[in-house]
Amino acid sequence: MVEMTSTALPRRKPLVLRYPSVAIFLIILSLFTAVVTILGEGFGIGVISTSFIKTLGKTLCLCLAALAMDLVWGYTGILSLGHMAFFGIGGYAIGMWLMYARTEIIVRDSLAAAALPPTPQEISDGIATQIFGVVGTSEFPPIWSLAHSFPLQLAAVVLVPGLLAFVFGWLAFRSRVTGVYLSILTQAMTLALSLYLFQNDSGLRGNNGLSGLQNLPGLEDVPQSTVSILFFWASALALGLGYVLCAWVVSGKFGSVIRAIRDDESRVRFLGYSVEAYKLFIFTFTAVICGIAGALYYPQAGIINPAEIAPIASIYLAVWVAIGGRGRLYGAVIGAAFVSLLSTWFTGGQAPDISVGFYTIQWVDWWTILLGLSFVAVTLFAPRGVGGLIDRFTERRAPDRHGADLGPDLGSLQEREADK
Amino acid sequence: MSTLLEVSGVSVSFDGFKAINNLTFQIGPAEMRAVIGPNGAGKTTFMDIITGKTKPDDGHVLWGDKSVSLLSMTESQIAQAGIGRKFQRPTVFEDQSVGENLMLALKNKRSPFAVLRFKPSQSDHEKVAQLAKEIGLEQALDRKSGELSHGQKQWLEIGMLLAQDPQLLLVDEPAAGMTPAEREHTTDILVEAAKTRAVVVIEHDMEFVRRLNCKVTVLHEGSVLAEGSLDHVTQDEKVIEVYLGR
Repeated sequence: MVEMTSTALPRRKPLVLRYPSVAIFLIILSLFTAVVTILGEGFGIGVISTSFIKTLGKTLCLCLAALAMDLVWGYTGILSLGHMAFFGIGGYAIGMWLMYARTEIIVRDSLAAAALPPTPQEISDGIATQIFGVVGTSEFPPIWSLAHSFPLQLAAVVLVPGLLAFVFGWLAFRSRVTGVYLSILTQAMTLALSLYLFQNDSGLRGNNGLSGLQNLPGLEDVPQSTVSILFFWASALALGLGYVLCAWVVSGKFGSVIRAIRDDESRVRFLGYSVEAYKLFIFTFTAVICGIAGALYYPQAGIINPAEIAPIASIYLAVWVAIGGRGRLYGAVIGAAFVSLLSTWFTGGQAPDISVGFYTIQWVDWWTILLGLSFVAVTLFAPRGVGGLIDRFTERRAPDRHGADLGPDLGSLQEREADK
Repeated sequence: MSTLLEVSGVSVSFDGFKAINNLTFQIGPAEMRAVIGPNGAGKTTFMDIITGKTKPDDGHVLWGDKSVSLLSMTESQIAQAGIGRKFQRPTVFEDQSVGENLMLALKNKRSPFAVLRFKPSQSDHEKVAQLAKEIGLEQALDRKSGELSHGQKQWLEIGMLLAQDPQLLLVDEPAAGMTPAEREHTTDILVEAAKTRAVVVIEHDMEFVRRLNCKVTVLHEGSVLAEGSLDHVTQDEKVIEVYLGR
C-alpha cells in the first residue's frame, strides 16, 4: 500500500517535458522564422514581399497579445475587453521616441546649412513645429518631456500599461467587480482612453496619431526589407519568450490557483488565497505583455492613431482567443494567427468577389459577417475552439462535468489510463 | 478552559428578516461541537459570519488567545488565521486532479509571489499522500476530481480542510449523500481531528450527531435554543416543540 502511494507522487519534471506543447511550439516558431527569413527580401531569395513580412511580424505581435488575453480570460476567467488599450499604449510609448528622434535628425540637417550653429532651443522648437504643426501648436506638451530618451520611453512601454492596469485592477477587483460588469468596465476604460487621445490637446496629435514609425532613427541607410526582417525576428523572439514565460506562470501551483479562481473564486478565498491579489497580478502582468507586443507591432505598421484603441479591437482579441480555444496557450496563438491573417486577406481586397447574379458579395464588407458567423459556429459546435481539435489526435480528456463519472469505484478507468 | 472562538451578541438581518438574532457561542481549542436546528434556523449564516462571508449588523466575533476581532478581516485572512470551512455542497475544483486539489489546500505561503516560486518539497508530497490515504483516495491522486463520486468529493473536501491545518474546522453537513459505511469513516476522521483542534459540525441527521458523541448546540430562528449533551437537548421541551411542531 505504501509503495503504491509513493509511486503516485507527482514528480516535478522540467517545464518542457511537462508541457510538450512548449517545445513543439518553439520548434515550429523557429522553423517558421527560418523559412520566412530565407524566402524574404532582406536576407533571402525575395519570394515574400517586404510588406507581407511586415504583416507576418505584426501577426506574431498579435499572437503575443492573444497569449496575454488567454492568460487573463482563459486561465483566470477575467473577460477583459480592454487589453488592446495596453497594446496601444505600448505603441504610443515607442512611437513618441521614434517620431521625436527622427524629426530631430531632419531638423538638425535642415539647420546645419545656417550660418550660425543652432541653439538647443531652436532645435527643440523646430521639432515641435514639425510634429505638432498638424494640430496647430508648436510647443511640446508635458507628456513628451521624456520623448528624447530611448531608454526612458522603452521603460514607459512596460511601466505605463503596467501602472494603468494596476490602478484600474486594484479599484475594480477590490470592489469585487466580476463577470459582465468587469467586461463593461474594461470596455469603458479603453473607450475613454481612445476618446481622450482623439482630442488634439491630449498632446498625442489627436486623430492624426503618430506616423512614420517604420523609419528607424539612425538606420536611414538600411532598407525597409532588412528592417522588416529585424522586426520580424524581434517579434518572433518576443513571442517565444512570452510563450515560455506564460507556460511557466500557468504551470505548477500558480496555474492551479488561477484556474481555481476561474472555476470558483469564493472557494479559493476560503482556502486562504487572496483572490484579488492574484487577479491583480495577472491583470498587470498581461497588460505589460500587451504593451511590449504593441511596441513591436506599431513600428511595423508605421502608424498608430486612437482608432487602434477603440473598444472593437479588444473584442477582436477575445474573439481570436475564443476561436483558437481558451485555456490553452497554443489555442490563443492559433486563433490570433489564423483569424488575423484571414482578416488581412479578406479585407485587403485579395479575396475574389462572389457574384450571385443580382448581388456581388464583396469580402471587404462581408468579412465581419463571416467572422461573426464563425464565432457563433465555434461557440456552438467547438466550444474548446480550433485548438480543441488537437485533442482529437492526442486524446487529451477532460471530465464531462455534467455526465456520468468514469467510475467512482477503485479499479475503474483512471485519468492516466484514459490518456493512453 | 480557554476559548478559541467567541461569538457574542451577533445579529444580522437580510431585508428585515432576522437570520441571526443576538447569537452567542463559544468553543475551546480541542472540542467537537454539533450544531443542529430546523431549516432556516441560521446554521449556514452562522458559518458565513465566522468565515467573513457575511458581515453582522451587531456583535463581536473574537478569535484565538489574543482575541482578535474577525469582523474586520477578509475571507482569505480569516482562512489564513486558521479557520477552515467545508461547504454543504461539495466544492472541489473539478477540472484539477485530486493531488492538485490537496496541494492547493496544503498549508504553505499564500501570496502570489511565493506561490509563483513554489516547488513542492518531498515533505509536501508526503503530506498529500498521507492525506489522500486518510480520505481513502490514495489510488486517485492523478484522477480529475470531477470524476469522483459524490461521497468521494465530500471526502476530498474534508481532506482539503485537513490539509489547511486549521485550528477550527467548520463542517457543513459532511455526511450528506454518503452510504452508511462512508458515514462511519467520516465520523472517524472528524473525531480524530477534534483531538487536536476545534470542530464545529452542522448536521441534520441525529444518528450521525449521536455517533459524534459531543456537546450539541440547537439553533432556532437565529438564536441558541438549547445547549448540552444530545440526550439533554432532545428532552428539552422547547427543542421538542421546534422539531416536532405544536
